[in-house]
Amino acid sequence: MIKSIKIPEDIKLLEDLRAGDIVQLSGIILTGRDAAHKRMMDFLDRNIPLPFNLAGQGIYYTGPCPAAPGKIIGSCGPTTSSRMDSYTPRLLDLGLKFMIGKGLRSREVIGAMIRNKAVYLAAAGGAGALIAGCVKKAEMLAFEDLGPEAVYRLEVENMPLITAIDSLGNNLFEIGPKQYRL
Amino acid sequence: MKEIRVSAIIQAIEKLCIQACYNLGDDVKNLLDTAREREESPFGIRILDQLLENINASRENQLPLCQDTGMAVIFMEIGQDVHITGGSLQEAVNEGVRRGYQKGYMRRSVLDPLKRTNTGDNTPAVIHYEIVEGDQLKIAVAPKGFGSENMSRLTMLKPSDGVEGIKRFVLDTVIQAGANPCPPIILGIGIGGTMEKAAFLAKKALLREAGKPNPKPEIAGLEQELLQAINNTGIGPQGLGGRTTALAVHIDTYPTHLAGLPVAVNIQCHAARHAEAIL
Repeated sequence: MIKSIKIPEDIKLLEDLRAGDIVQLSGIILTGRDAAHKRMMDFLDRNIPLPFNLAGQGIYYTGPCPAAPGKIIGSCGPTTSSRMDSYTPRLLDLGLKFMIGKGLRSREVIGAMIRNKAVYLAAAGGAGALIAGCVKKAEMLAFEDLGPEAVYRLEVENMPLITAIDSLGNNLFEIGPKQYRL
Repeated sequence: MKEIRVSAIIQAIEKLCIQACYNLGDDVKNLLDTAREREESPFGIRILDQLLENINASRENQLPLCQDTGMAVIFMEIGQDVHITGGSLQEAVNEGVRRGYQKGYMRRSVLDPLKRTNTGDNTPAVIHYEIVEGDQLKIAVAPKGFGSENMSRLTMLKPSDGVEGIKRFVLDTVIQAGANPCPPIILGIGIGGTMEKAAFLAKKALLREAGKPNPKPEIAGLEQELLQAINNTGIGPQGLGGRTTALAVHIDTYPTHLAGLPVAVNIQCHAARHAEAIL
């Protein structure tokens, strides 16, 4: 069964998702990857407030292609989440509720997810053109100088996702491959 | 002696960059189709369906297949009877990349390795030149995304490690990479030569038509054996579990030193992009 979730309205439902649940996500998400995370840490280290609020929000790890004329956004599939692992627990403790990306997460991230009842959703890596079709609006939110690594505010519709790690720490990257190992 | 002007090279490379990033070859698409038919995992099926839909979405909506349009890796096989005129060859290659990435609305991902400042135009490319017989210039453009490049590895095995050691290293590399390189993957493996030769062979093996076996039967056998072993890991599409972890294994070998056994494994995601032209 596919669970349709709208952000911010259904944000509380995220913590009830279980690893393996299929999700269609609509609503508001922020983007951010390596350089934006590093910048956020610099802000936090210097006690400067972030130019956007992370509490109750989700970050999609992506660095889109530039939008061609007449297009909302360029190709925008997920990037490897583990490169954000060293930054993520701090953001979760600030109230970040979900992350969208691809690939594994560290034990520290999973611990912080359990502590903060957050969830990690997997998008299909390499499906950048398909996911671009789910983006209905894209606006630059912060760190414009970072180019493809800037933070955007996206409005998405029916973005196809799979619950990879849930708020209890169940991890589909462990459970799934075990079932098919020969 | 044949003259080729740099302006023709610029144009060709511009076109190849766009072609590679927008149109996935039918070789990979056919392998994905076959994998989809065989896949048993519901998550695997779902992901493979999305990857196939993505190929159509990319063609229909004129969007790059993947937002990581990569670092441009260019293989130039230059016939020894070719004379390149009108300017610098290296400049021409980079100009082609610059124009292609701009005109194709592809992501500029290239930056200074230490300062991390973006060069702004996806140059410089990584260029491999080979001088070969004849009077043709063969250009292959292979944009390489770093989700998979980051999971690639090289080792200098001992001769006593032998074929078993090679298999262990390859399998270990794939297992450690897990979900990160966007499986299903294609593996380019270079065995022999020196350190850099093995890495070059691994990269170049990815240019081969996906799934086409090495002409040497014993190497083709090793490719099949490794493909089977990789798919038995259960990692599956996007690492969520399933029968399809790799679509193909391509091995190339070169004689090596009696004291060594270099092995390089270059991991390529399912967006195995390359485009070729002959001038």
